[in-house]
Amino acid sequence: MTSAVDTPAALVLEDGRIYTGTSFGAAGTTFGEAVFATGMTGYQETLTDPSYRRQVVVATAPQIGNTGWVEQDSESAAIQVAGLVIRDLSPAPSSWRATGTLPDQMIAEGIVGISGVDTRALTRHLRTAGAMRCGIFAGAAVSAAADMVQAVRQTPMMAGANLAGEVSTTEPYTVPAEGPSRFTVAAIDLGIKANTPRSFARRGITTIVLPSTTTMSDIEKLDLDGVFLSNGPGDPATADTAVALTRQILTHRIPLFGICFGNQILGRALGFGTYKLKFGHRGINQPVVDRATGAILITSQNHGFAVDFPATASAVVDTEFGRVRVGFSSLNDGVVEGLTCLDAPAFSVQFHPEASGGPHDAAYLFDRFIALMQTKAENS
Amino acid sequence: MPRRTDLAHILVIGSGPIVIGQACEFDYSGTQACRVLRAEGLRVSLINSNPATIMTDPEFADATYIEPITAEFVEKVIIDQARLGFPVDAILATLGGQTALNTAIALDKAGVLVRHNVELIGADIPAIQRGEDRQIFKDIVREIGGDVPDSAVCHSMAEVRATVDRLGLPVVIRPSFTMGGLGSGMAYTSEDLERLGSVGLAASPVHEVLIEESVLGWKEYELELMRDSADNAVVVCSIENIDPMGVHTGDSMTVAPALTLTDREYQDMRDLGLKVLRAVGVATGGCNIQFAVNPVDGRMIVIEMNPRVSRSSALASKATGFPIAKIAAKLAIGYTLDEIPNDITRATPAAFEPTLDYVVVKVPRFAFEKFPGADTTLTTTMKSVGEAMSIGRSFAEAFGKALRSMETKNLGFWTTEDPAGDTVDGLLAAAAIPTDGRIFLVERALRMGATVAQAHEATGIDPWFLDQIVLIQSVGDDVQQSPELDATQLRRAKRFGLSDLQIARRRELGGDTALATEEAVRELRHRLGVRPVFKTVDTCAAEFEATTPYHYSAYETDAAAESEVSPQTERPKVIILGSGPNRIGQGIEFDYSCVHAAMALRDAGFETVMINCNPETVSTDYDTSDRLYFEPLTAEDVLEVIAAEQISGTVAGVIVTLGGQTPLKLAGILEDAGVPMLGTSPDAIDLAEDRGRFGELLTSARLPAPAFGTAVSFAEARAVAADIGYPVLVRPSYVLGGRGMEIVYDEVSLADYISRATEITPDHPVLVDRFLDDAIEIDVDALCDGSEVYLGGVMEHIEEAGIHSGDSACVLPPITLSRNDIEKVREYTESIALGGKVVGLLNVQYAMKDETLYVLEANPRASRTVPFSSKATGVQLAKAAARIMTGSSIAELRAEGMLTAVGDAGTLPIGAPVAVKEAVLPFHRFRRADGTGVDTLLGPEMRSTGEVMGIDAAFGPAFAKSQAGSYGSLPTSGTVFVSVANKDKRTMVFPIKRLADLGFTVVATTGTAEMLRRNGIEVRVMRKHFEGPNNIVDAIRAGEIDLIINTPYGQSGPRVDGYEIRTAAVATDIPCITTVAGANAAIQGIEALIRHGVGVASLQSHQARLHEAITATTAAASDG
Ligand SMILES: Nc1ncnc2c1ncn2[C@@H]1O[C@H](COP(=O)(O)OP(=O)(O)O)[C@@H](O)[C@H]1O
Ligand SMILES: Nc1ncnc2c1ncn2[C@@H]1O[C@H](COP(=O)(O)OP(=O)(O)O)[C@@H](O)[C@H]1O
Ligand SMILES: [Mg+2]
Ligand SMILES: [Mg+2]
Repeated sequence: MTSAVDTPAALVLEDGRIYTGTSFGAAGTTFGEAVFATGMTGYQETLTDPSYRRQVVVATAPQIGNTGWVEQDSESAAIQVAGLVIRDLSPAPSSWRATGTLPDQMIAEGIVGISGVDTRALTRHLRTAGAMRCGIFAGAAVSAAADMVQAVRQTPMMAGANLAGEVSTTEPYTVPAEGPSRFTVAAIDLGIKANTPRSFARRGITTIVLPSTTTMSDIEKLDLDGVFLSNGPGDPATADTAVALTRQILTHRIPLFGICFGNQILGRALGFGTYKLKFGHRGINQPVVDRATGAILITSQNHGFAVDFPATASAVVDTEFGRVRVGFSSLNDGVVEGLTCLDAPAFSVQFHPEASGGPHDAAYLFDRFIALMQTKAENS
Repeated sequence: MPRRTDLAHILVIGSGPIVIGQACEFDYSGTQACRVLRAEGLRVSLINSNPATIMTDPEFADATYIEPITAEFVEKVIIDQARLGFPVDAILATLGGQTALNTAIALDKAGVLVRHNVELIGADIPAIQRGEDRQIFKDIVREIGGDVPDSAVCHSMAEVRATVDRLGLPVVIRPSFTMGGLGSGMAYTSEDLERLGSVGLAASPVHEVLIEESVLGWKEYELELMRDSADNAVVVCSIENIDPMGVHTGDSMTVAPALTLTDREYQDMRDLGLKVLRAVGVATGGCNIQFAVNPVDGRMIVIEMNPRVSRSSALASKATGFPIAKIAAKLAIGYTLDEIPNDITRATPAAFEPTLDYVVVKVPRFAFEKFPGADTTLTTTMKSVGEAMSIGRSFAEAFGKALRSMETKNLGFWTTEDPAGDTVDGLLAAAAIPTDGRIFLVERALRMGATVAQAHEATGIDPWFLDQIVLIQSVGDDVQQSPELDATQLRRAKRFGLSDLQIARRRELGGDTALATEEAVRELRHRLGVRPVFKTVDTCAAEFEATTPYHYSAYETDAAAESEVSPQTERPKVIILGSGPNRIGQGIEFDYSCVHAAMALRDAGFETVMINCNPETVSTDYDTSDRLYFEPLTAEDVLEVIAAEQISGTVAGVIVTLGGQTPLKLAGILEDAGVPMLGTSPDAIDLAEDRGRFGELLTSARLPAPAFGTAVSFAEARAVAADIGYPVLVRPSYVLGGRGMEIVYDEVSLADYISRATEITPDHPVLVDRFLDDAIEIDVDALCDGSEVYLGGVMEHIEEAGIHSGDSACVLPPITLSRNDIEKVREYTESIALGGKVVGLLNVQYAMKDETLYVLEANPRASRTVPFSSKATGVQLAKAAARIMTGSSIAELRAEGMLTAVGDAGTLPIGAPVAVKEAVLPFHRFRRADGTGVDTLLGPEMRSTGEVMGIDAAFGPAFAKSQAGSYGSLPTSGTVFVSVANKDKRTMVFPIKRLADLGFTVVATTGTAEMLRRNGIEVRVMRKHFEGPNNIVDAIRAGEIDLIINTPYGQSGPRVDGYEIRTAAVATDIPCITTVAGANAAIQGIEALIRHGVGVASLQSHQARLHEAITATTAAASDG
């Protein structure tokens, strides 16, 4: 813990700003979109959330690594972020569940990190300048400023990135229900988190997780009660296969529930556009209002894109699949946070009812989905 | 849901005097509530007996009742308001701490709410009961699937014993309905059990204790939650205790946010918290829930809930920038969270959960040194008298700041010599018992080679925090070992919270004499450009723009780090230094003056900047001044803030004379650093503080003072004492609240004192004064603009000189002083003020003995009595002082109406209301290790934590109110026990006769009884406690006595006689009077109560009447 062992590192933004710090985790270089996450807990859930693919996450919480690495708490098989930027790394973790330390895990998975950064200044900059490409250069990788900026500018933009393929499972797999199975749901994996099938299982639902390339015919082969569109990374404007599939599911009137990326897919399937938010919503304290009940939920969010609803949030819009309403909206900036079909058994939310990390206020949406499948079952 | 339209008039109940467990946090919350409700156009009435609060300033409510906070008086207030045509619609009791909540329950029980058809808003009675009754609460938690410690409610010792047979020892004993854990404790042995059991049953207003399974050593957490009428609920803040379960959260070092929970564990805690909140049914507003977590397997149990705004709510508000009390008040009148804007971001609503990008640390401040013999072990009963909070960008940084905010000898690690003979085992063994400053033992143990595991084993402190201490040590080692300090190393040291002083100590240890002083380190640091940046508390970790300049300092590794102090050039700035953590002798009264300065100077067109580190206060509310810096009040931290402000605009000057001794100490250093100072000059301050120089001033002005001398050795002291004659009063120089002050009657005790008085050095000599026996003490607050002097308050003490001004009751205007006496007081005060070149406030204490007026001391600063004087006379002295310090003259302020046009507190007309200040003492909180109480005898060393005011048309009722307000309600019938010193016997005859005539039964000890009988008073004799069974102490414990008059016998040494009687009185809450003067005052009060009861009147009406009286007399004067 003495200054002798500190290896310098630099965080370089595409606009030319450079923040200096100390290398931790793997040495070397990494590139991605710089985004800040404001959660005070759940750094491990964030790192393993596929939605953060190709993103360099700036943790605004100043002390990171406090509880080390806890195997059970990973939301996917690997660390998904491209890199991690923090203020202070804990010298040693403390948790009765810890199975390792954060830096060791990052080294093991080759994830580059930088600590000692003035993360607040950086966050304030991203808040005004918007999310942008960046690179972390650690140790030997640190070179002349101009060269590093150059390197960053050569990396691909997040807009236009199709990443679902990268993170999706290649083979279908099943997560059984806890206890007797009430329904079976096909979850299209666009970057699904482990806690989603877990949330279904707890409610007596069997989940069959399918690759992002799944077609309607694959689905028809299965005996399903509903389809779930997962969260995931990248630009929804590129997810044409998923959108096409969703349109067919809507036509077949199969109960449908989408979250995050899935919300944007449903939006597009209904004929709406999507757009990139200036710096996105990334945190676990995001207030939204459920327009059906007026209840306020504190939600876990991580999205840089949003659905472009063509009318005021209170209006009802006609689409080729019938009338659609805004189901949820953000209390902070009014951004559309969910869609509800009035004439089709489908709804979606932009936030994460499966939380992890984050509050469980929205968990009841899984039950709302189950209710949809219930009515469907009763009517047929 | 928008605001309720059926509420027009709300009565807010305050929390009364500052006591341990209930300090100024409730002035902060109450003040916010009054602001909010009035901004909503509602009529606000307020009842609070504490004059030192901002909330009781007449401008904060439509009707301010400074009356005792009891159901009886609250009903009088309701009636008085109805009589004036303003029926009260609702009572808000959830912002006044346990006092207000208990009063609400009493009001309900007494049927007052129904009788006057008044609604309780914020929480309803059943909800309060569900939250406060520990058994009902536990059942609720179990019902919703939560876990609680096994326990049983007991109403007798028999039940207690039976329960412990089941649970086994140790157990926690907790009386129901007490605040700050009063009367609770941890019983390890059956002896403890017997003792704590009976104490606990006695302490509970409902004679009920809870015996509970011990979870000693578990991790302790708190959540601060809020709920609105639409059932939306949020968690505002999580707090983690560094000291594990077993140490009261009020006595624990705590950190926010919780740092050692994974998201899973935190969310489970959050879920459970929300469930509890809803199940208990807190209608709207804030609540606080405590959890314990087993560090081995994570088992989580709920400890308790406070269904109201609490001490921790204030901390949480300051820690997050989320104004819990303000929002609670809005929720109480019907708003929902989404309808209330977050006033820091303005853009977003209050319906969210704050997220922090910094770490907050709170450290408690204790006062054991004032209660010799008191058991200093920290337990489940709160014992601290104050706290400091700090904010940093890392735990280490915040921790370092918090420790140096304490203003104790220890200004952080390594700043005092390690005691000789430390051993790892010894230190670990000592650290196993939680005490004030145990963290320093832990640090030394780790430094001497104890492992983190061992330290954890011994203390239960989470390894995470111990690792941080090791980290801080390694940084210190680097500082010490590196051949020389460059910018990078310095920056790193600062980043981990090391103060310039700590760095200097480490360099010194490393043999670097050039950097051995704080000043040298600072000089180098500035030369290398290593300066802090200032970040902003914004509730959202920078996700949104912040509009409130609420700053804290931080050192970043990156030399190009960003500072957020925005330039401000239109208005000159005045920087006000606050008073730091509350402690006995320096509390809320000083914060009151600082807040008033901020208000007055803002109105006068200045930009006001506040620096303070006390989270309980109004001064650290980001609404109080234009800019708030939450920083330690050390020279280093203050200088950095001033520098930052000078860069961002022009600093007109710094005010150091309103925050008590804390900022006053900095005057010289700041001036030397070239900082512009406002008000009395540092040299003039020294003139008054330095006994030698002050003595010369008095002699040259021919003002008598008790003969005195200074000594740096016993030999010298003896010489001085012999010369001026015993009894003498000895004390260290430069102290507040009479620290270490004793009356010494002979050479033996003098020698004893000198041997005990540790820090005697040539620059800190002892002062030896002739002690004036039986003198009347007079306290004066005055303003001086350099040419004119304005008497702000002349207070006559009830108790004779020798009892600290802070502990003695006093009355304004004086009731026994003649006009001439007061004119003499004026004359003396003028020559001190003008001679001492005072600009602003001056406090002088006099003792009058046989027609001679002696000057005891003068303090060229705001005093503890400024708020009292201001409220009693209707003139806001601190505001006037701030204006004078920034250039206005008394004449101008008279013309402006801030001061009375003519005359002052020295010329108060007949018909002016009589105000009595009474002190509140914390004796019932402290016990000796053997469980017996500490002595309650008053002396020259201040021990009170707070005060109340009783105000009425005459002395009797005013005094009676002051007693009721300070929890010593005078009886109107029953039995009085009398036992007085021989010297007092003669003077006591008439008072006692009066009591007998008023129908009291008199019992007395033999000697006193004989004397009374001879004077024809019927008396029953009662044994002294050492004269065998059924003695007076038994009678007191049995509740057969209603009033005790016991003046201490004998002159010599520690005046122990009567100790048993006084402590029994405290244990049973029976008023116990220890001076003749006090007895006479009490009897006047009792007569008032018996004759015509006491009514209530608002401060506004008192002041209106006073104003009429003044204009009437001046009119008379001018035509006469
Ligand atoms: N069952 C227990 N075992 C060990 N310590 C306890 C237990 N219950 C409470 N404590 C300790 O006592 C302190 C005071 O208890 P609490 O229930 O919070 O009473 P109060 O109303 O005074 O806050 C707590 O902060 C905790 O440290
Ligand atoms: N010479 C004296 N004779 C009698 N009582 C004294 C004398 N000097 C001080 N006292 C008592 O001691 C108390 C504290 O002394 P003071 O000088 O006011 O110290 P502090 O600075 O703590 O207020 C006074 O309020 C007064 O009651
Ligand atoms: Mg508590
Ligand atoms: Mg004094």
